[in-house]
Amino acid sequence: MSAISLDNVDISYGDTKVTFGASFDVAAGESFGLVGESGSGKSTILRAIAGLGTTWTGAISVLGKPRRQGIDKTFARQCQMVFQDPYGSLHPRKTIDATLGEPLQVHGIGNRGNRIEAMLEAVGLDRRFRFRYPHQLSGGQRQRVAIARALMLEPKVLLLDEPTSALDVSVQAEILNLLKRLRQEQNLTFLMVTHNLPVVSFLCDRLAVMRHGRIIEVADVGLLKSGKLVDPYSRELYQASGGKSS
Amino acid sequence: MSAPLLEIENLRVSFPTQQGRVEVVKGISFTLGRERLGIVGESGSGKSMTGRSILRLIRAPGRVTADRLRFSGIDLLAQSERQMRAIRGARISMVMQDPKFSLNPVMTIGAQIAEALVAHTRLPRREIAQRSRDMLQAVRIDDPDRVMRLYPHEISGGMGQRVMIAMMLVPEPDILIADEPTSALDVSVQAQVLDIMDELVRNKGMGLILISHDLDLVARYCDRILVMNSGKVVEECVASQLSEARHPYTRGLLAAMPHMDETRETLPVLDRSQWEAT
Repeated sequence: MSAISLDNVDISYGDTKVTFGASFDVAAGESFGLVGESGSGKSTILRAIAGLGTTWTGAISVLGKPRRQGIDKTFARQCQMVFQDPYGSLHPRKTIDATLGEPLQVHGIGNRGNRIEAMLEAVGLDRRFRFRYPHQLSGGQRQRVAIARALMLEPKVLLLDEPTSALDVSVQAEILNLLKRLRQEQNLTFLMVTHNLPVVSFLCDRLAVMRHGRIIEVADVGLLKSGKLVDPYSRELYQASGGKSS
Repeated sequence: MSAPLLEIENLRVSFPTQQGRVEVVKGISFTLGRERLGIVGESGSGKSMTGRSILRLIRAPGRVTADRLRFSGIDLLAQSERQMRAIRGARISMVMQDPKFSLNPVMTIGAQIAEALVAHTRLPRREIAQRSRDMLQAVRIDDPDRVMRLYPHEISGGMGQRVMIAMMLVPEPDILIADEPTSALDVSVQAQVLDIMDELVRNKGMGLILISHDLDLVARYCDRILVMNSGKVVEECVASQLSEARHPYTRGLLAAMPHMDETRETLPVLDRSQWEAT
């Protein structure tokens, strides 16, 4: 059974169509990268899967269950999203404790204190951060909190929208290592949107290249590493990212 | 190389906090000739502050001091505000990070480019329009007459950044300071914008200071690189020899970057204790 499956998905914002017949499958436990430039519709696909304010036609299913428009609770237990900008995605007036406790509260899960502490440890944050506010944390620490929040409900699938592009290189390395470790430990499926091909090379098993709302190539990450992507646009992207021409 | 365009010695920038003044740039020195100098470092390393202090754009309560801050024989620190205005834009100009926030949203592109010329030269209006048009063409905007009538929200990010470069280069300055000129742009557009900037800077024989957090990018577009960490220059090297950098911070940064053909299981993380103790 595939973890995420899209079949001929057209997504639109109002009257504007953003993606055209997007189809791909992500196997359970796989890490899948979605790359392309801004406006190519890659984030929109994540938002559609998560049910965030888009209308779409076609079929999306997550862990074998077909998705409907909008958000529902059972879906939220299985699939969570991490956003790009840790400065924007955490509530500035909630402590880390409140931020991490909220999903548990919504789903009526008890033993919150222990779960929060365990999760802070899992993402490599000291216990003393628990009662701090986001502005007291650095960018990398905030992104750790955002990842912790997404994992509070012990989901199977994580949607990552440019999780490291707002961070410094050295901090990016820490977050990438963290994501890789968490995926192994909790057997997660990743669907990651990024424009950074080396990050895909580090973290993903397969990737899809998008352009103008269409998926133009789905390839194994080995092809990316060896610079053997087929589509001319993919190759252009590869070279613009500093890949050596083959 | 002739006499340097810019000489900086012991530049310090400080800001007051509740714990007393904190120095964000701690005594850096460098010179710039007609060459391309890259300044790299992570957020908070003081690289942008260095760029801004050259143009004296740091306002009170921030304080800039230097033993020497000279631009082609002019002591920048001794200039009055009025004299500085004659230098900013005309002789040293700066490309900012994000075109969305740095272009004036209520002025057309044409008016903004022309403004740079109107402020610094006395040219007839037709000449100004002609130069603006040529400049837009130079940054490879195909239909300059149409674009000149547009407002910043009507153009894309890459185009916005090219407009900003046009705006900064049209008065033909001697030095261009580009502070993260492409970090708000897509990779594919990034290369295009930098190529254009590079070509113009080289053809006009200007000095370029490219400030960025991206080591690869700086290595590709500069002749010389300064690596900054917490307000100090920790390493200076020739761009082509960046891979042989010696300082642990530079080495750490290089190692922390994932490669296109990544095979490492985990990425090495910077061990900051190594040099912060010294």
